[in-house]
Amino acid sequence: MSETLLKVSGLTMRFGGLLAVDSVGFEVKQDEVFAIIGPNGAGKTTVFNCVGGFYKPTGGEIVMDGKPITGLPSHKVAHHGLVRTFQNVRLFKQLTVLENLLVAQHTQVESRLLPGLLKLKSYRQSEADALQRAAQWLDFMGLREYANREAGNLAYGHQRRLEIARCMITKPRLLMLDEPAAGLNPQEKRDLQHLIDQLRREFGVAVLLIEHDMSLIMGISDRILVMEHGKPITTGTPEQVRNDERVIKAYLGEE
Amino acid sequence: MANNTLKNAFMAAVLTAVIMMPVFGLQLIRQGVQTHLEPRWDIVGGAAAVVFVFQLIRPWLAAPLKRLKSHMPVLPSAPTKGRKWLILLIIAAAVIWPFFSGRSSVDIATLVLIYVMLGLGLNIVVGFAGLLDLGFVGFYAVGAYTYALLYHWAGWGFWEALPFSGAVSALFGFVLGFPVLRLRGDYLAIVTLGFGEIIRLLLINLNFFTGGPDGISGIPKPTVFGYEMTRRASEEGTQTFHQLMGWTFDNQHMVNYLYLMALVLALVTLFVSTRLIRMPVGRAWEALREDEIACRSLGLNPTRIKLSAFTLGAMFAGFGGAFFAARQGMVNPESFTFIESALILAIVVLGGMGSQIGVILAAILLTVLPEIAREFAEYRMLMFGLVMVLMMMWRPQGLLPMKRPQVELSK
Repeated sequence: MSETLLKVSGLTMRFGGLLAVDSVGFEVKQDEVFAIIGPNGAGKTTVFNCVGGFYKPTGGEIVMDGKPITGLPSHKVAHHGLVRTFQNVRLFKQLTVLENLLVAQHTQVESRLLPGLLKLKSYRQSEADALQRAAQWLDFMGLREYANREAGNLAYGHQRRLEIARCMITKPRLLMLDEPAAGLNPQEKRDLQHLIDQLRREFGVAVLLIEHDMSLIMGISDRILVMEHGKPITTGTPEQVRNDERVIKAYLGEE
Repeated sequence: MANNTLKNAFMAAVLTAVIMMPVFGLQLIRQGVQTHLEPRWDIVGGAAAVVFVFQLIRPWLAAPLKRLKSHMPVLPSAPTKGRKWLILLIIAAAVIWPFFSGRSSVDIATLVLIYVMLGLGLNIVVGFAGLLDLGFVGFYAVGAYTYALLYHWAGWGFWEALPFSGAVSALFGFVLGFPVLRLRGDYLAIVTLGFGEIIRLLLINLNFFTGGPDGISGIPKPTVFGYEMTRRASEEGTQTFHQLMGWTFDNQHMVNYLYLMALVLALVTLFVSTRLIRMPVGRAWEALREDEIACRSLGLNPTRIKLSAFTLGAMFAGFGGAFFAARQGMVNPESFTFIESALILAIVVLGGMGSQIGVILAAILLTVLPEIAREFAEYRMLMFGLVMVLMMMWRPQGLLPMKRPQVELSK
C-alpha cells in the first residue's frame, strides 16, 4: 500500500439551515485516481470547494501530506500541491494559450520587480525556462499550434485540455478535476481517460475527480466514494461500488 | 416609420427646450449694482430647432457612421521592424521641438506630459489590473503636497523631494489598498472615490500644516545640477544657470527645461509600465482581471497582486504630483478635485483600457483641445460629455485598443 496523500475526515459544511456536506471522510493515496460520484446535489462540488480552500468547512479536518490545510485560503492550499480545474472551464480567456501557462508558473518564476525592470540575467533565465516548460506542456497536450491564440477562442475540448495543462505546470501532487468530461464527445472522453492515466504514470500525480460519466469513472478510478444528500454511502473499488445495493438504490430509487 | 421619426424628433426638441430654458434661456444681465433677468427665447428656440432637424435626418446619418466605425485604426500586433527607429525619431522630435516653438505651446505640452504620466499610472490600475479607481487624484495630491511640505518645512529642493513624493504616494496606495482591495468592482470604485475626497478635505482642514485652502506657494522650480534657473540666485554668492552658461536670462529657458523634465518623467513612466506588463507581475494583473478564482486556484495571491498594481499606480501619480507642484510653484486643494480624477480616468478609457499609445493620444487630445478651443471654455464640460457619450457608442474599446504584448512561441 502506498502512502496517504490527502486525508479528509468528518468534513461538514453547512449553509445556513442546509447541511450540504455531512461528515464526509476519505483518503487519497499517492498516485491513486480517486473519484467522488453521486446524484446531482449530493454535495460533491462542495467537498471540492472545501478541500480546495474556496469554502471554509463548518467542521472536520483536511490534512495534506501530514500538514493540516483546513480553512486555508485557496492560494495557500495550492502551495501545498493541490490544484483544481472547474466544472465550467475557467481560463483567462483574453490571454493567449501560451500566456495562460505562463501565468500559472507565477510562483515558480522570478516575479520580483527590479530584476525584471533591469532585465537581469536571473530574470531572463527564469523567463526562458518558463517559456520552455510551457512549450513542453503544449506539445504534450497537442496544443502547440494554438499557442498564440486567445484561449477563449479554442474549441471546448481544447480548453479543457489547456486547463489541465495549466494545473499540471504548477507541479501539483494532487490534481482535482471537477467533471472533466462534461461537454466532451466520445472520442475526447477516450482521450481524457488516456490523459489522466498518462499523467498519473509519468508525473506521479494523484487525481481526485468528480464525474457523472460512469464508463469513464469505472475505467480509470482505483477507488470511488459515493455520496447522496451530503452523506457518504460507501467507498470501494469500482467493482464493489457497482454491486453495492445502496448505490444502486441511490441512483435508481427503491423498487 | 417616418411617423415615428417625426414623433421622436419632436419629443427630443421639446426636451431640449426644457433643459435649455434655465441654463441659456434666462440670462442674468448685470448693470452696475442691478441684476436683470433677460429671457433669451431665440437661443432656446434655435437649439430646439437644431435638435429637431438632427433627429429627423439621423436615420440617413446612421449608415455612413457605421462605415466609419469599421474603418478606425487598430494598432499592428507584432512590433514591426522600423518601429524602434520610429520611436527614437519621435522622441528626438519631442526633445528638439520646444526650441523652435513659442512659450505658451511648450507650457501646454508640459501639462500634456503630466497627464500622460498620470494616465499611464492609472492605466496600470484600471487598464492592466482592472481595478476601477475613482480617487486617483488623491495620490496625485499626496505627491504634490509631499514636495510642497518638504520644501515648506524642511527647505528641500525638487530633486531631493521627488523620490520621496513617489514613495509617500506609494505608501498611501499600499495602506489604502490593504483594506480596500478585497472589495470588487463598484464597491471599490466608491471607496476610492471617498478616499480621494478625504485627502482633499484633510488638506483643506489641516490648516496649521498644509496652509488650508490657500495651500503653499513659492515652491521652487527644479534646479539644473544644483544651479537655479532664475534671474537672480536666491542665495548670495551662488551662480544661476544662465550666468554659468554665459547666456542672458530668458524665461523661455525655464519653460523649456520644465518641458524636458516632464518629457523624461513621462518616458520613464512609459518605459517602466511597458516593461511591467511583459513581466510576470503584469501577466498576473491581466489574469486577475480575467478571473480571480482561477488565479487563486493556481496559487496566485490576489491581494498581493492587486496591491502591487495599486501601489505602483500611486507611485507614478506621486511623481506627477511633485512635478506639478514644481511647475505651478504653488499647490492648493482646488487642483485635486474629483473632476481631475474623472479626467484622468477619461484619458484611460478614451485611449483604450490598457493601451499605452492610446492613453498618450487621449492625454494629448483631452488637454490640447480645450486649450485650442478657449473661446468655448464654458462649453468644455459639455463637449467633454458629448465626446464620451459618442465614444462609448461607437468605439467602446477606445481610440487605440490594447494589443497585448504577446509572447510569441515560434512554431
